[in-house]
Amino acid sequence: MDPVRRRRAVALVVAASLLLLALLSGVSVGAVPLAPSGVLATLLDAVGAGGLHLGHPLTQLQAGILLDYRMPRVVLAALVGGMLAVAGASYQGVFRNPLADPYLLGAAAGAGLGATLVIDFAPASLGRSGAIPLAAFAGALTGVGLAYALGSVAGRSGDGRATLLLAGVAVASFLTAMQTLVQQAHTDTLQQVYSWILGQLGSGQWSDVRLMLPYAAASALVLLLSGRALDVLAVGDDEAATLGVRPGRVRFTVLLAASLGTASAVAVSGLIGFVGLVVPHLVRRLAGGSYRTVLPVSLLGGGAFLVLADLVARTVLAPAELPIGVVTAFVGAPFFAALLRVTGSASS
Amino acid sequence: MNGRASGATASGVKVSGVKVSGTTRTAVPAEVPVSEVAALEVRGLGVRVGRAQLLSGVDLTVPAGSWTAVVGPNGAGKSTLLRAIAGLLGYQGQVLLGGRDAASLRPRQRAATLGYAPQVPTVPQAMSVAEYVTLGRTPYRSLLAGPRSDDRDVVTHALDELDLTPLADRPLRTLSGGERQRAVLARALAQQPSVLLLDEPTSALDLGHAQNVLELVDRLRWEQGLTVLSSLHDLVLAGQYAQRLVLLAGGRMVAEGGPAQVLTAQALATHYGARAEVSPGPDGVRVHPVRRPG
Repeated sequence: MDPVRRRRAVALVVAASLLLLALLSGVSVGAVPLAPSGVLATLLDAVGAGGLHLGHPLTQLQAGILLDYRMPRVVLAALVGGMLAVAGASYQGVFRNPLADPYLLGAAAGAGLGATLVIDFAPASLGRSGAIPLAAFAGALTGVGLAYALGSVAGRSGDGRATLLLAGVAVASFLTAMQTLVQQAHTDTLQQVYSWILGQLGSGQWSDVRLMLPYAAASALVLLLSGRALDVLAVGDDEAATLGVRPGRVRFTVLLAASLGTASAVAVSGLIGFVGLVVPHLVRRLAGGSYRTVLPVSLLGGGAFLVLADLVARTVLAPAELPIGVVTAFVGAPFFAALLRVTGSASS
Repeated sequence: MNGRASGATASGVKVSGVKVSGTTRTAVPAEVPVSEVAALEVRGLGVRVGRAQLLSGVDLTVPAGSWTAVVGPNGAGKSTLLRAIAGLLGYQGQVLLGGRDAASLRPRQRAATLGYAPQVPTVPQAMSVAEYVTLGRTPYRSLLAGPRSDDRDVVTHALDELDLTPLADRPLRTLSGGERQRAVLARALAQQPSVLLLDEPTSALDLGHAQNVLELVDRLRWEQGLTVLSSLHDLVLAGQYAQRLVLLAGGRMVAEGGPAQVLTAQALATHYGARAEVSPGPDGVRVHPVRRPG
């Protein structure tokens, strides 16, 4: 096996193990500690493989905590983290820019506006908790759609990346301005809007998982299949075109899939920053630059990262909870800085 | 130029024969630059970007197995011509590849026929040399399927041809300028095109490395039966390595033919505003720049 493939295989195994460990810690640690062996036994029981007898199953109360509270929250964290990381990696590939993240083209601003509009204007009878995710989802897709439309109208000739980036910045600023305007006019809901914007997994339920899963799965599938295309795109639009690839088509497909996945993540969790930026970078530095490695390893690693960040968010100040977006930045930034320092000398 | 029409009709078959067998090429000595087979033909090519007419009325016939260099002063349209032929710019007129209209080819078909290395290649820093060269196999397989064993053989061969085997697992960012240019050539070679477009392949290299790269291209042309069309701003090198020259000035073709016909002191004065002496050499011509007296 050549070194590139061996490195990819190792990275995938390490990331998958990390995700499993994070998931197990995530469901075991909390106000009511659950024994990991009991957790495993109960989970195996639940899927009809109880005959393995790994340990004493949990009590009924513990099993309830596991299956109804911790599991949906932890699974949602893994889905959101994985989705944001793989979408971030895809955006970076499409724009050939290491600073690209999944919120670049107005997904965050659009979702923020959608959520704010529902919080401030929707009648309580409508059921705000159900309407916010839908509004955020629609807002995120609207933001990206506007940016893409503006970018392709303005950038008819040549490489459309720069135009698209600028269009994204313009749309994001515009939507953020609208969101701020609405928010300032309704100071009574300020707290609620802010806590949504900072991101939350605390109310994570199976219904959220069900809402997100189809979009996330479709998006992740398309993105994971786009690794080779993004590798070709890495040599520049012109050279990619002379290799028989249509850069515009690859860019459209990947952005569409990544934005759909991002919108589904934002809808259920608010704006969780840093995951989409940091995780792909860590992966790239540790496992190599090919998107065939970066995309799947980011998916697994992003899931592990957010599950652990959520674990920190709900334990350090227990019973109070920190906003998850604060934790990802608070933990992620120094970790990232340290990693840049350690690997910088080796790779430059 | 007079054999153009018959060349166009015959070339479809003959060019593919050259490419597949790889041995037919040796039967065509480089000293006979004009074969009747046109690997690449350009008819009435014009390029307009916005209001600027960058090229107009370019007619060009590149015989199979030859090395044709496009020369001309800065802004003459050398890169534009190559980019138009590569399908990267919209153009008026026709580009024929082995007798087939390039515009009618699907991107993959075109990529399997025509390789292109830009003046400043985008080199993905973290990618290994072997991964980069493997990208040359893109036209031959689905983006969803991995390289097959025959793709890997081609890549191994290309790395070997360009003495890159010891560097295969190194990230591209650790390579020197000359090594990087060899990696770009290896990628183009792995693409197994019949026509190779090289935009200023030596512009980033010092004289010794430039000569190495040009000699390499010449050897590959011989061994692989490649047809090479390159832009070269360095007339000293162009006069020695190319068998045919095309002189562009102001977006028009002003001279075409062997080095001695195109690189005359008169032409250099007229189109470059340059003072130079030109003398015959063992390979092509020698161009000697002359300092203004006083």
